[in-house]
Amino acid sequence: MSGKAQRRGPPRGTAMEPLVTPHWPRCGSCLGTNQPLPLLQFYSCELVLEEEGIYGDVTCDEWAFYLLPLDDDLLSMELPEFFRDYFLEGDQRWISTIARALQLLNSLFGPFTNTYGIGRCAKMVYEVWRELVEESEGDSQARRPEISHVFLMDRDVDYVTALCSQVVYEGLVDDTFRIKCGSVDFGPDVTTSDRSFKVLLNAQDKVFSEIRNEHFSNVFGFLSQKARNLQTQYDRRRGMDIKQMKNFVSQELKGLKQEHRLLSLHIGACESIMKKKTKQDFQELLKTEHSLLEGFDIRESTSYIEEHIDRQVSPSESLRLMCLLSVTENGLIPKDYRSLKTQYLQSYGPEHLLTFHNLKRIGLLTEQAPGETLTAVESKVSKLVTDRAAGKLTDAFNSLARKSNFRGISKKLGLIPRVDGEYNLKVPRDMAYVFSGAYIPLSCKIIEQVLERKGWLGLEEVVRLLNGNEFAPTEPVMEENPAWEAQRVILAVFLGGCTFSEISALRFLGKEKGYKFIFLTTAITSSARLMDAMLEAKV
Amino acid sequence: GITGGCHRSPKGEAAFSQKFELYSMAWNLKEDLRDCLVAAAPYGGPIALLKNNFRKEKSPGSRPLLEIYSASGVPLASVLWKSGQVVQLGWTASEDLLCIQEDGTVLIYNLFCEFKRHFSMGNEVLQNHVREAKVFHTEYGTGVAILTGAHRFSLTTNIDDLKLRRMPEVPGLQKLPSCWAVLSQDRVTIILLAIGQDLYLLDNTSCSVVTPPGISPHAGAYVQMAVSFNYCYLALFTDTGSIWMGTSSLKEKLGEFSCDFRTPPRQMVWHVAELWTLSGERRFILDEDSYLVPELDGVRIFSRTTHEFLHEIPEASEEIFKIASMAPGALLLEAQREYEAASFGKCFLDKFPPESFVRTCRDLRVLNAIWDYQIGIPLTFAQYKQLTIEVLLDRLVLRRLYPLAIKICEYLRLSEFQGVSRILAHWACYKVQQKDKSDEEVAHAINQKLGDTPGISYSEIAARAYDCGRTELAIKVLEYEPRSGEQVPLLLKMKKSQLALNKAIESGDTDLVYTVVLHLKNELNRGTFFMTLQKQPVALSLYRQFCKHQELETLKDLYNQDDDHQELGNFHVHSSYSSEKRIEGRVAALQNAVDEYYKAKNEFAAKATEDQIKLLRMQRRLQDELDKPYVDYSLHDTVYGLILDGNHKRAEQLYRDFRIPDKRFWWLKIGALAEREDWEEMEKFSKSKKSPIGYLPFVEICMKHHNRHEAKKYAARVTPEQRVKAHILLDQAADAAIEHKNENEMNLVLSKCTAATDSSVVEKINRAKAQILKK
Repeated sequence: MSGKAQRRGPPRGTAMEPLVTPHWPRCGSCLGTNQPLPLLQFYSCELVLEEEGIYGDVTCDEWAFYLLPLDDDLLSMELPEFFRDYFLEGDQRWISTIARALQLLNSLFGPFTNTYGIGRCAKMVYEVWRELVEESEGDSQARRPEISHVFLMDRDVDYVTALCSQVVYEGLVDDTFRIKCGSVDFGPDVTTSDRSFKVLLNAQDKVFSEIRNEHFSNVFGFLSQKARNLQTQYDRRRGMDIKQMKNFVSQELKGLKQEHRLLSLHIGACESIMKKKTKQDFQELLKTEHSLLEGFDIRESTSYIEEHIDRQVSPSESLRLMCLLSVTENGLIPKDYRSLKTQYLQSYGPEHLLTFHNLKRIGLLTEQAPGETLTAVESKVSKLVTDRAAGKLTDAFNSLARKSNFRGISKKLGLIPRVDGEYNLKVPRDMAYVFSGAYIPLSCKIIEQVLERKGWLGLEEVVRLLNGNEFAPTEPVMEENPAWEAQRVILAVFLGGCTFSEISALRFLGKEKGYKFIFLTTAITSSARLMDAMLEAKV
Repeated sequence: GITGGCHRSPKGEAAFSQKFELYSMAWNLKEDLRDCLVAAAPYGGPIALLKNNFRKEKSPGSRPLLEIYSASGVPLASVLWKSGQVVQLGWTASEDLLCIQEDGTVLIYNLFCEFKRHFSMGNEVLQNHVREAKVFHTEYGTGVAILTGAHRFSLTTNIDDLKLRRMPEVPGLQKLPSCWAVLSQDRVTIILLAIGQDLYLLDNTSCSVVTPPGISPHAGAYVQMAVSFNYCYLALFTDTGSIWMGTSSLKEKLGEFSCDFRTPPRQMVWHVAELWTLSGERRFILDEDSYLVPELDGVRIFSRTTHEFLHEIPEASEEIFKIASMAPGALLLEAQREYEAASFGKCFLDKFPPESFVRTCRDLRVLNAIWDYQIGIPLTFAQYKQLTIEVLLDRLVLRRLYPLAIKICEYLRLSEFQGVSRILAHWACYKVQQKDKSDEEVAHAINQKLGDTPGISYSEIAARAYDCGRTELAIKVLEYEPRSGEQVPLLLKMKKSQLALNKAIESGDTDLVYTVVLHLKNELNRGTFFMTLQKQPVALSLYRQFCKHQELETLKDLYNQDDDHQELGNFHVHSSYSSEKRIEGRVAALQNAVDEYYKAKNEFAAKATEDQIKLLRMQRRLQDELDKPYVDYSLHDTVYGLILDGNHKRAEQLYRDFRIPDKRFWWLKIGALAEREDWEEMEKFSKSKKSPIGYLPFVEICMKHHNRHEAKKYAARVTPEQRVKAHILLDQAADAAIEHKNENEMNLVLSKCTAATDSSVVEKINRAKAQILKK
């Protein structure tokens, strides 16, 4: 055996328990048991309690709060603070929590044989999880996994998608009303009464489940069709005899009424959204976003954003647009960077100096190095030296400042679909439908590509542009039983949150390819939540 | 040889018992046992002798000698007794020796005569001295009961969780009771004592007189009593030679008979459910100088020369073996008998499950192995089953018989975790105490032997090494611990905090990192502490988070140490609006921020902060002059507020002073004017110069305030490209009013329409109004 111990024993502290002594005489009591100690002890909490002198009076119990199932395919850890804590403050305290959540799922539905991922945090979680697996080795081997594929992704791999306005129904409802923990409060303007309703939004809601993944432009038509159907069903009671009527009342009416209630709520929500979103402003906003994604008319978009700020349209929307501009353009040119910030401070107050500091640190709103740009230097250099050396030089630049490289990635992965004529939103042909056909969400595209290629092979350039930290199963992937392949279940793990648009896009991908995606996220996020997490405001 | 015993069952019937020689004792005892303090542990446990204890004169040459032997008389260890006068010896359930001194101090030794610890039975005992003491075992553990010179009882039921109990006074007790015993009933420990012809029961709170049921009135005074191994039975011996036997609850009499001797026996013990007495006379076949050890299923009797076991014959075997004789030393007689019978009988049964037979064979071989006189643990099958294999292994470990223990584990095919790992771990803990070997040697030897056996905790072995004062060895052993998290607590204890920090970070357990960081914080001076953190980004960011919530000032020091001017600037900006309330304080904080930003070469932030200082001062002046709150508003909101209040001059001044871009100024001014419904001023403003934002915003803002009339004025000035947009806006007001079915709104729109240009709109609204009236 090698000197370095590789295998791990069972949980701590059991082998060396105090010597077991017999009872004299034995009166029904049992001998020392080998109970495993809890994995995590709150050392620091204990320390504080000890310092306060109340340690003995307090019983500590650990409540392992890992996973909250919000829907049939959605598990949330409900850790919205994770995004700021990790990506901004570099606080790694949640890493092992996530790893243990993963291990919990692994022990229940695994073993996860194919684990892919990208991002620093994803890699750390993966490594900690691997250790947990080794420690509990022998627990669950040689059984057919229900979930065999896992994909872990850091939010900072793809900020762009999270920054875009959502136009799929569920995302739009989230952007408009803010879905909290799987439920939403529809106010009086939706319920058309003086009351608010709290509505659970999940697969149980028959109306919602049919429209949640639809582009908003289809939703209204669908709902009115549904209303007509409902009416027809109600109408059937005309011409019923007493017996049929009795049947109808006892069996169908309740369901119809429930559906009716939900239908009117969603119609109300749609109206409310339309009032807010289909105004000219919203159209212009979307147009600007699409220009930014495609990289056209940057000057015009910048002016649009400036006006947005000047008119105090919305502090978080303005910030979001600035970030989108920065992330898609690899940072703002110094002049714009300064002037937009100045405008913003004038509109919303000087404390946002700190907000901008946060945004810079996290890479959401940065400044292109003066005089640069990177590409200019690169092209100059590449004329002088060989391509390989230029590549290395680019790497060096990359390590200096984390670049989003969105333009390059977009080109490599074909994120902007070329469309001849109108994009058919009713019958979408790719994941771009979640952004009106203008853009395929980067995060989802990466997952699609890696699953298709069973690894990162052929994506080297993309990985480089994404700043690396990718991983894939170390052992060669087993040739799978084609029958399993057909019903492959993939756990998509988002560290730092995922949006409903991404969920919709992957659900669509799943349907196309015959996979089923299960989502595990630290929290549901949206552009507004990302911005809120960065905001420094007076309290 | 085997001898039939002459003893009594509680019912007075003679039962068959047999006595087997276990060992001829290996010790060369010169003293008489009666001249020594003797204690023998049950379950074939070790024997302790304290020699020369009763000598009154204590010359240095004749100090008492404490000796410990195995049950076969093989010496395990000895030590010269240098402590106080010992009254009583006793063994704990985990085979530690208790030496109860006259002053109430109890010293605990392991079976190699190594001192472990001591405790005191309290002040009362110290003052009045121990006159008699008993060691007893209950489900709570090993207890000690003391009778003091003041004729009071003190006891503890568990020496590992010491809680002293002083028992109530026995009324009228002027001298030591003639005899007493500790009973355990319903989980309560009580004392039964005899004074002449009276029996008393002492519990926690009271003392009561009791009478054994059915005792003959002429029985006389009680002089000796015995409680059975399981606390179920009680025997009382009186000075008339009468013996009463019954349940220890004193509720039932099982028998009474009289002996032909009167002198109280020196030792009286229960043998299963039968009573054996060891009297001074040669009544029984026992040696005069013997010692009785009650066991679960018999009595061990040892003397200077032999060690015997007295054992009841089970009824089943009795029939066959009544007169039979067995080979000497057949401790395993009964089990072996069963084995023979079973293996013989097995041939006639085809459906007999072989597993239990095989298991029993294995167990018997184990018992045979430990019975060997070199090992010296004579266990019967019943005792072994009661003790369990785990405890037996622990006892072998305790005797440092590691190889035998491991062999047994392997032979019995115990799981590694249950068996071999435990033993190896204990071996390693023993190994680290061997001071004659170098750290490298020991660490290497341990790793060689242990490798990566599952269940081995290197950190616990290291902890043991550290306890023995071998810090370096501990660190070496810790290196083999694969779980870095496990290494941390010990490293901290050893004051190797920096190493602990590395390991904590390696473990990925941030809670551990916090622990180490907080340790370091207390241990190191501030400067060194910060320097240490600088080298560990993970720990640093965790500590920063901690400071952000707990110690803001420390956060500042942290940035200072690091010359992080940017963060210092941010820090001051933050405190300018979070902690400072007075304007002066806020300005001062911002000024600090400006300085730091300049040092950080962040000109943008410095300028922005300077502007903020300027604004704050301005706002304060405005607030004083206009008696309205302006402080804490953004520049935009301040100017807006000024225009809203009609302070156009001041607004203009701010616009110039702060170089507000034209576009913004126009946007905000028309917004504020519209809100003020100062349409005149708006028109004047629109004509002051060419609008940098065009005229569509004018149309929009007017429409927003439902002033179609004003909106139309500006619609005419909109650039041709935007004209369509403007007209759409103009129409929207009517549509909105109609949609809302709000008559007031409609009238408002109507009032702003001119018949000539807006006939279509007027018509539309009138139609809608008519509709409403119909309903």
